[in-house]
Amino acid sequence: MTKANLAHDPLIRISKREDIPMWKSWLVRIIGLLLALVVSGIVIVCITHINPFMVFAKMASGSFGSWIKNTNAAGETVEVLTISTKRIWVTIRDIMTLLCISVGLAPAFAMKFWNVGAEGQVLVGGIATVACMKYFTGLPTIVLVLVMIVVSMLAGAIWGFFPGFFKAHWNTNETLFTLMMNYIAIQITSFMVAVWENPPGSNSVGVINRNDQYGWLPSLFSDVPNKDFGWNVIIVLIVTVAVFIYLRYSKQGYEISVVGDSVNTARYAGIRVKKVYIRTMAISGAICGLAGFVAVSGASHTISTSTAGGRGFTAIIVAWLAKFNTFTMILISALLVVLDKGASEIASSYGINEYVSQIITGIILFFLLGSEFFINYQLKFRHNKGAEPPAAKPVQAPAANTDNEDKEANE
Amino acid sequence: MKTTDSAVQIKNPGQNQIYAIQMREITKTFGSVVANKKVMLDLKKGEILSLLGENGSGKTTLMNMLSGIYHPDEGYIFINGKEVSIQSPRDAYKYGIGMIHQHFTLVDVFTAAENVILGLNDGSKFDRKEVSRKVSEIASRYGFEIDPEKKIYEMSVSQKQTLEIIKALYRGADILILDEPTAVLTPQETDKLFAVMRNMKKDGKSIIIITHKLNEVMEISDRVAVLRKGEYIGCVDTSETSPQALTDMMVGRATTLDIDRPDPVDPEPRLVIEGLTCIDHEGVKRLDNVSFTANSGEILGIAGIAGSGQKELLEAIAGLYPVSKGTITYKPKDKSEMSLVGMDPLLIKKSGIAMSFVPEDRLGMGLVGSMGMTGNMMLRSWRKNRGFFVNRKDPNQLANQILKNLEVVTPSTEFPVRRLSGGNVQKVLVGREIASAPAVLMTAYAVRGLDINTSYTIYNLLTEQKTKGVAVIYVGEDLDVLLALCDRLIVLCGGQVSGVVDCRNITKEEVGLLMTKYRKEGASHD
Repeated sequence: MTKANLAHDPLIRISKREDIPMWKSWLVRIIGLLLALVVSGIVIVCITHINPFMVFAKMASGSFGSWIKNTNAAGETVEVLTISTKRIWVTIRDIMTLLCISVGLAPAFAMKFWNVGAEGQVLVGGIATVACMKYFTGLPTIVLVLVMIVVSMLAGAIWGFFPGFFKAHWNTNETLFTLMMNYIAIQITSFMVAVWENPPGSNSVGVINRNDQYGWLPSLFSDVPNKDFGWNVIIVLIVTVAVFIYLRYSKQGYEISVVGDSVNTARYAGIRVKKVYIRTMAISGAICGLAGFVAVSGASHTISTSTAGGRGFTAIIVAWLAKFNTFTMILISALLVVLDKGASEIASSYGINEYVSQIITGIILFFLLGSEFFINYQLKFRHNKGAEPPAAKPVQAPAANTDNEDKEANE
Repeated sequence: MKTTDSAVQIKNPGQNQIYAIQMREITKTFGSVVANKKVMLDLKKGEILSLLGENGSGKTTLMNMLSGIYHPDEGYIFINGKEVSIQSPRDAYKYGIGMIHQHFTLVDVFTAAENVILGLNDGSKFDRKEVSRKVSEIASRYGFEIDPEKKIYEMSVSQKQTLEIIKALYRGADILILDEPTAVLTPQETDKLFAVMRNMKKDGKSIIIITHKLNEVMEISDRVAVLRKGEYIGCVDTSETSPQALTDMMVGRATTLDIDRPDPVDPEPRLVIEGLTCIDHEGVKRLDNVSFTANSGEILGIAGIAGSGQKELLEAIAGLYPVSKGTITYKPKDKSEMSLVGMDPLLIKKSGIAMSFVPEDRLGMGLVGSMGMTGNMMLRSWRKNRGFFVNRKDPNQLANQILKNLEVVTPSTEFPVRRLSGGNVQKVLVGREIASAPAVLMTAYAVRGLDINTSYTIYNLLTEQKTKGVAVIYVGEDLDVLLALCDRLIVLCGGQVSGVVDCRNITKEEVGLLMTKYRKEGASHD
């Protein structure tokens, strides 16, 4: 019996952790990162036969500068890292765009409303921005920027409103709904690109208002546009702080948490669940729409179907890894953007296929996500488990015998 | 190698002739809750055995260990005299055990024949005609009526149940376990089912039927095994017992509980319910013409088998369940009365009605599991202050007060209540509901899963509210407690009120009979 029982126990059991101290969870993450580096190092050596440490160094520095070959005093060729302000600003700009989208997802996700439609919400925000740049001529920069912000947020809000409305009234599946809305937004973008095509036949909008830079988000520290992206940082950080406060300290944020935890509890507490769904999704869409404005007016000054460029989906990873804390999202966005830049850097500097660098990014993300599993769950092995109940086992056997004897006696 | 199996066979050579199933010393715990404690059960070959017990007495858990859904923590199971270890429903079928669950396990868009064959992995090709033929054959042998090509979503509840039984027989089950099969049937359908069961018995099948309807026990079974609070009470021959004797076994001997019960002071009607009828989204009547009055300064108990409409009744009053017919009138002191029908919790609150509600599902409805005590206190108060931001200061004070007064064991007021023990969760919930100074306090299974001391804490809190003039409604399952705590008692049966009694002048047995009172009309079946 005992033997038969044990044989049926699984070798490894996965159980949820009750609690894990802070230091331990960070230890798991660090071990995960180290393992990721080891594994990707092995992959690099196997595929490219290049010294993995050099590859990592280049990856880490890809966001800050570039490696230039120099001849030193001894006549040897060495590679020297040249820090480039321009490159750093571009990195920061990309971090901010990704962060803005992630922050936009936070309210919806805190409500357990799986908004995977950020891609579309960014695009409609971008289209709205371009429309302002093209049609609202002659406005002072500050007014135009404010108009663009409002209009892009409105467009995103509309894109978020529909899935929220349908979920509230007909309990549609929000994941499918928001996903489908992406395709509508992409089609609209294609159409608008055809309308705004410049020069004709190029199948692209080109850089809008290249000559007068009308509608471009200005530089913060200089008069030259695109010199820095300080305003991007300010706008996105304001949103980040605002959403943090909104979710944590406002009444509406409280409603969102309650609805996210249990719809029944929300009804019990007199929260109008439908209203919360719709309102929160409109807010979520609005912030993603604002990200569209930041991406167009503050960065590319053009629009295409790749303006969102998959960042609407990357933002989902950011939001989850940050556990919907908007401040943690700053770190995660930075990490992902730096990884991405590093991947392109090694691809170009070694002339290797870009897929190799994407493999490395993939490995690192895999281990980071994997470490979250080990933070939330623990593995229990069979022999450990066997150690718990043996005290009870020997007692059982005689007990059973007694029963059978009783049985006999009864008959 | 000498195994226990052979030892048993040697010691009890005659047993495998008599018993289909023997369960010995079966213990099953879920966390700290003991669902079954050293339970014994014998099923003879070719008999119908009733497994009787109140809700929560561990009947279904015990049977799930036979059907391979759970595995006992301790104890032994013998099938035909051989010790077995049942690890999965597949194992159960291997030993010839088929269980028909309360909730059917059928695929809606498949036909009857497809459902029968689903999950069978004997390597043979799915031959639709052959399966249909076999199904029809089984049906005609036992007197079922079934169309093998009918889709499940076109079937009535009774047909689905028939199919579940056929499914088990098709897989060669000799031992059938039916979990409250008559709960979803009309009296006519029940008669039909019983006829089929008798046919199966004639054919040599052994059957266990889980039920708490005494008249059915008397009608169908050969023997009755009784469980109470997870423990095995005994097994009697149906011919030698009576409903009264079975009730005694089921509810146990009256135990005296030391609950202080002061007489109500100036009771006046606070909540008047008349002709309340609720129909759920499947069209089933959950409440049928329920009328009663809850008085101030009094604890009104609601007794009944689980699922008799208690949940719907409280939720209807709280504005969480749609009312089809009838009135709910709130009569405040010195103010004009108000109708609550059609109001949601927000409107009720805005109308100034001080109603508190401790729902059955504590973490799923009464509390926010991921928040700490403070966040949960805010559930009642977050609208109070003006402005955009929430006030966390007062709720935090309240949380600390409850933590101290009710001795809640928690690391801090920010610690997620989900991770507190059941008793502490309940203290947080009851504490909050009482703190809002209600005029009506409704509680559903307020002491379920709590230890004795915490239960008494809750009883005392409720009695204290009563002496303050609150109209307390207490839905409970333990008759001893209901009779010792409450002033008046309403007994629900199948969504109808089967009795309103004075707790000071009634015995537990009388209430037990009211709870299982047979209703020919079949209130919950239409």
